[in-house]
Amino acid sequence: MSIQEQSMRRVTAIRNGTVIDHVPAGKALSVLKMLGIDGSMSNPVSLVMNVPSQKMGGKDIIKVEDRELNQNELDRLALVAPDASVAIIRAYTVAEKMEINLTNEVVNVAKCTFTNCITTNPREPLPHRLIVCNREPLELRCHYCGKTQDVIGLIDNLL
Amino acid sequence: MPGLITMDDLTNEEIISLLDAAERLLPVAEGKLYLPLLQGKILGNLFFEPSTRTRMSFETAMKRLGGEVINLGDVKNSSVVKGETLFDTIQMVDGYTDIIAMRHPRQGAAQYACDSAKVPILNGGDGAGNHPTQTMLDLFTIRQAHGTLEGLNIVLAGDLRYGRTVHSLSHALTRFGCNVTFASPESLSMPEEIISDLRANGAEVRETDDLLSHIANADVIYMTRIQKERFPDEDEYAKVAGAYKLHARDLDDAKAEMIIMHPLPRVNEIDPSVDDTRHARYFEQAFNGVVSRMALMCWLLGVTVPEDINASGGGN
Repeated sequence: MSIQEQSMRRVTAIRNGTVIDHVPAGKALSVLKMLGIDGSMSNPVSLVMNVPSQKMGGKDIIKVEDRELNQNELDRLALVAPDASVAIIRAYTVAEKMEINLTNEVVNVAKCTFTNCITTNPREPLPHRLIVCNREPLELRCHYCGKTQDVIGLIDNLL
Repeated sequence: MPGLITMDDLTNEEIISLLDAAERLLPVAEGKLYLPLLQGKILGNLFFEPSTRTRMSFETAMKRLGGEVINLGDVKNSSVVKGETLFDTIQMVDGYTDIIAMRHPRQGAAQYACDSAKVPILNGGDGAGNHPTQTMLDLFTIRQAHGTLEGLNIVLAGDLRYGRTVHSLSHALTRFGCNVTFASPESLSMPEEIISDLRANGAEVRETDDLLSHIANADVIYMTRIQKERFPDEDEYAKVAGAYKLHARDLDDAKAEMIIMHPLPRVNEIDPSVDDTRHARYFEQAFNGVVSRMALMCWLLGVTVPEDINASGGGN
């Protein structure tokens, strides 16, 4: 059995829902937070962390039953797991593979982490805009104040 | 709408062209020539935090060019205290004016206003962010003294962390190949992201906490005010501020043509004994705010400054 098969079988196959594979090792909890999955919902969620991966060395995998991610949710994912692969499962088979495309600008996903940025006033109506300056390692700057973002802090600033 | 938010909004060629236009406008700024290039235009001065030179020089620049100015006035007496958003304030002033100059305590406010407005926005300072119109007058002053912007040795000293003038200026100077030295206490050093940006663009910048040892080699020393409130106690402030104070006796080894600049207001960082030396240039620098801002407003309003302004203007 390949490393990949071993990893995938650590949790059971799901009938319907979403499988997020190739999440950077240790980032699964951040991904759940970014997706707003906090245990208050009734969908079963399976999660494995730090499993071996040929491609990444180590990785996390998340399986969310009875929920299909939409593009807006994928945009959020791009901030912590831009290279993750997402598969929509229907009747135990992969019905759709979705791409996470880290666009050049991340709009209305998270607020700037700089405390003196003009966008910290929640009543200001213009969109929150973070510019992707570098992809590896990920570096984002606020379109307005120009400050480099604390990528971990962005998880607390999700909209 | 285009505006001037950071120095990245201008190419080097545009900077030189604007400095040339500013130079031609000197007789107008001095009141020796009347040239109403901006007659019929209205400038909105939106200063959400205190300003003396920037606000007044914008106002003078517009009036010398025949235009009108309206002011937000004291923020305490405006709708801002009632909770009006910047977006709404800009929508309103946008309808009253042809161009807006603004200063705001929040970083990013100028870009935000630029994205909200139909008229051009000139950033007169946003938090600890940028102050590009100050940079233009600084560049004008440097070129006026040295005849060039290229390859000069420039020391920026004092509060480099919170001093927005030096953020915009360091970007511009390195684009013209200047050798820039940052002299500051460690707690007030230039933000890391600015240094990494400058180095990524191929600039060679040095950091030091010893201002005096860099005087002899400098073509320009640009002083900034160290603010007392940045320090935990008065003793610590006094110790640090004392190391970034220039006195006439410190300038014995300076090059003859070296100039000392300061965005003003100064407190203790330049001793009055320096005022009478050939190096002092800060009051001329403040005056140069008028011509620089004249040139910028003409540019943003699509008005060409004539090559021969004597043929275009009338006596005052």
